[in-house]
Amino acid sequence: MSLKIHQDHSRFKEIVRGKIKANLKKYVQKGEMIGKRGKDVISIPVPFIDVPHFKYGHKEQGGVGQGDGEIGQQLAPGAVQPGSGKQAGQGEGDHALEVDVSLDELAQILGEELQLPNIERRGHERIVAQKIKYTGINTTGPESLRHFKRTYKQALRRQIAMGAYDPRVPVVVPTREDRRYRSYKLQNLPETNAVIIYMMDVSGSMGDEQKEIVRIESFWLDTWLRHQYKGIECRYIIHDAVAREVDRETFFHTRESGGTMISSAYKLCREIVKADYPSGSWNIYPFHFSDGDNWSADDTRNCVEMLRADILPVVNQFAYGQVESPYGSGQFIKDLRETVGDLENVALSEISDKDAIYQSIKDFLGRGK
Amino acid sequence: MSPKSLSPPLRQLKTEIEGYAREFGLDFFETVFEVLSYDELNMVAAYGGFPNRYPHWRWGMEYEQLSKGYEYGLSKIYELVINNDPCYAYLLESNAEVDQKLVMAHVYGHCDFFKNNFFFAHTNRRMIDEMANHATRVRRWVDKIGVEKVEDFIDRALSLENLIDYHSPYIRRKPDPQRAEEESKSNDRVEGFKVTREYMRGFVNPKEFLQEQRRKVEVEKQKAKKMPERPQRDVLLFLLEHSPLEPWEFDILALLREEAYYFAPQGQTKIMNEGWASYWHSTIMTRRALRDQEIIDYADHHSGTMGTRPGAINPYKLGLELFRDIEDRWDRGRFGKEWDECDDLRARRAWDRKLGQGREKIFEVRKHYNDVTFIDTFLTPEFAIEQKLFVYGYNEKRNSWEIMDREFRKVKNKLLLQLTNFGQPIIEVVDGNYENRGELLLAHKHDGQDLKADYARDTLKNVQMIWRRPANLITKVEGKGLMLRYDGQNHSEKKVEL
Repeated sequence: MSLKIHQDHSRFKEIVRGKIKANLKKYVQKGEMIGKRGKDVISIPVPFIDVPHFKYGHKEQGGVGQGDGEIGQQLAPGAVQPGSGKQAGQGEGDHALEVDVSLDELAQILGEELQLPNIERRGHERIVAQKIKYTGINTTGPESLRHFKRTYKQALRRQIAMGAYDPRVPVVVPTREDRRYRSYKLQNLPETNAVIIYMMDVSGSMGDEQKEIVRIESFWLDTWLRHQYKGIECRYIIHDAVAREVDRETFFHTRESGGTMISSAYKLCREIVKADYPSGSWNIYPFHFSDGDNWSADDTRNCVEMLRADILPVVNQFAYGQVESPYGSGQFIKDLRETVGDLENVALSEISDKDAIYQSIKDFLGRGK
Repeated sequence: MSPKSLSPPLRQLKTEIEGYAREFGLDFFETVFEVLSYDELNMVAAYGGFPNRYPHWRWGMEYEQLSKGYEYGLSKIYELVINNDPCYAYLLESNAEVDQKLVMAHVYGHCDFFKNNFFFAHTNRRMIDEMANHATRVRRWVDKIGVEKVEDFIDRALSLENLIDYHSPYIRRKPDPQRAEEESKSNDRVEGFKVTREYMRGFVNPKEFLQEQRRKVEVEKQKAKKMPERPQRDVLLFLLEHSPLEPWEFDILALLREEAYYFAPQGQTKIMNEGWASYWHSTIMTRRALRDQEIIDYADHHSGTMGTRPGAINPYKLGLELFRDIEDRWDRGRFGKEWDECDDLRARRAWDRKLGQGREKIFEVRKHYNDVTFIDTFLTPEFAIEQKLFVYGYNEKRNSWEIMDREFRKVKNKLLLQLTNFGQPIIEVVDGNYENRGELLLAHKHDGQDLKADYARDTLKNVQMIWRRPANLITKVEGKGLMLRYDGQNHSEKKVEL
């Protein structure tokens, strides 16, 4: 049910995020509530906006309290709350986790912050699948859907009500009217299939810092795409001179050494797409991260051909992020830019350091593909 | 919102609890209970108890706090009651029966207080309707003027909403215009004292005396030309009457001021009101309404409400204990000259005149007092010790809050200071035509504590934006006079002699 306060609520949230009314932004304060989740003490941020009033500096003010303690004894941190008492204050303490936004909300914030357009789904206009969902209980139905427990309960209830139930001889006999059946509804599910294929160069030149960048960036890409498509699939490919498919864990933590043959990854990507994701019903997002130091010009040519012929025609968007490594940045992005850079479903981005992630996400997702 | 009418068991509970309340002599408006789900209750609470308020983000802010607190299981609203005739109170749908009883008993305490306490006498008892009207008015302006403009203006006005005269509903600050006119007429001619024998005139009213009188009248007249005649605490009223406001601005400022006055007595009697309601829920529950199997739950919730933290006063606890203390003292005759002058500790401890006036006394107290006078009159040294009250302050060296003192005088003074004007600085309009340039001059009545400077500047800016001409504020910083000024573009300040 929708309450009318939700309007005020979302307006407040927008102010806190600084989206509207920038003049109030400076009065936004971080409050927190201290809560518990399992054993952990967690901090739940409760931002509030402190509209200016004529008031006293709180530290000058002090106050009256109640309880034990010697004169000069310190009060527990967080015991004194600035403000009108009702508002949450800034306590300190050793609580590690912060619970604030759900991933979905995060994606929304991301979307607003970067002004990301919603993704235009392609291909299939509206593939609608029907799904059967058991939602209730009925008094009629096929025997195969009979709900034994409910039937039994009903019979028991009836017998007790009639006085026919004897606890010493607990025999319960359901009659026709006692029978209960599961009932179902057909639900229409709009179906959108999407897959992200992450490819990462793990050759010797990709250090921990580079991987960190890739990891952070993929987290945000992931969050956004998950927000756009429910039930998204992810595939992970790592490559040096040869490519292989791995699980998520390995993807982010492997460090290998050796040369770089980007074409190997693209080849694998192509195979995966061909085998599992017919482009008619799938939204496909390959992301490739590398330091751009490809083995040879031949190989690069190979890559471009593969992109042109097999990958670009079937994917929503092909994204390449070039991370700057300690050995400098490679040639690959320039080659791509010259060859396929003009195509509209190619996104290229150079990520020089962590601060550049922000811009890069925008490069990748800013087109609504 | 869809209030559900009371279920039969709840209706029965209501009849039962209402019966006990009447039996104990509580006197209240008809009370309507509505059952709400938790998010509806959070919404109503965020709206300050009303089902309908003007659109503004701050309700959303309250709502966020309340719903986060509830969702993480940290806090939950037990009772919510509004001062209206009939009184409206809300019950949380998911509460157990014993909680509903407790809430009802507590609510009847509040309703009795609303109806009988002197400080509520002037409040609008149809405030539910009035609030809904305000909401409609603001929405209409939003449609006409635009949401941004209206909201910005409300933000600005809210920043000044505490600049009202909390005592003005009970006294007449301005002379009533008719009388004032008569007085001014009679003052025009200075004749001195009445003379019955003409030859005595020169002796009764010597020339110098008459001149002196004429001069005084002149001065008075000069004063009367000043605007306002004497410093005026109701800054909002002054702005309403004298600022060049657009009609929509005037309307909104006026309704915000009205709401501020409506809520003021609740702030002025927080300790008493909660104390009184807690006294009655405790009395009704333990003497009448509780069933054996409910005792543990009741005790748990009651103690939860009464819990204290070292850094703050819990109004429920302090109020309840003080009412009980008063009842006990008047039951045993521990008051008056004889008691005050008795130094014999043993006699004091055994003192019992068996007067039995306690109940009667607390009913009288709930009628005539507010928090300031309540604490001032009834907080005794014994009580302060028993309740372990202390003054805390900030230790700059250790960078922490600590207990400063447990001495009775200091505790009481600090408490009173916190309660006076809600612990907010007193700001007055001194001159609406300052320097004869139509500037506004405000003055802060400094009582030993400096204003928070950045907030003062920003608030002054909001004053200026309503007044439209430069705004000035005289205050003191570290003992020296300072005048803050905002002229519409720049802040400035200069030293002044006070």
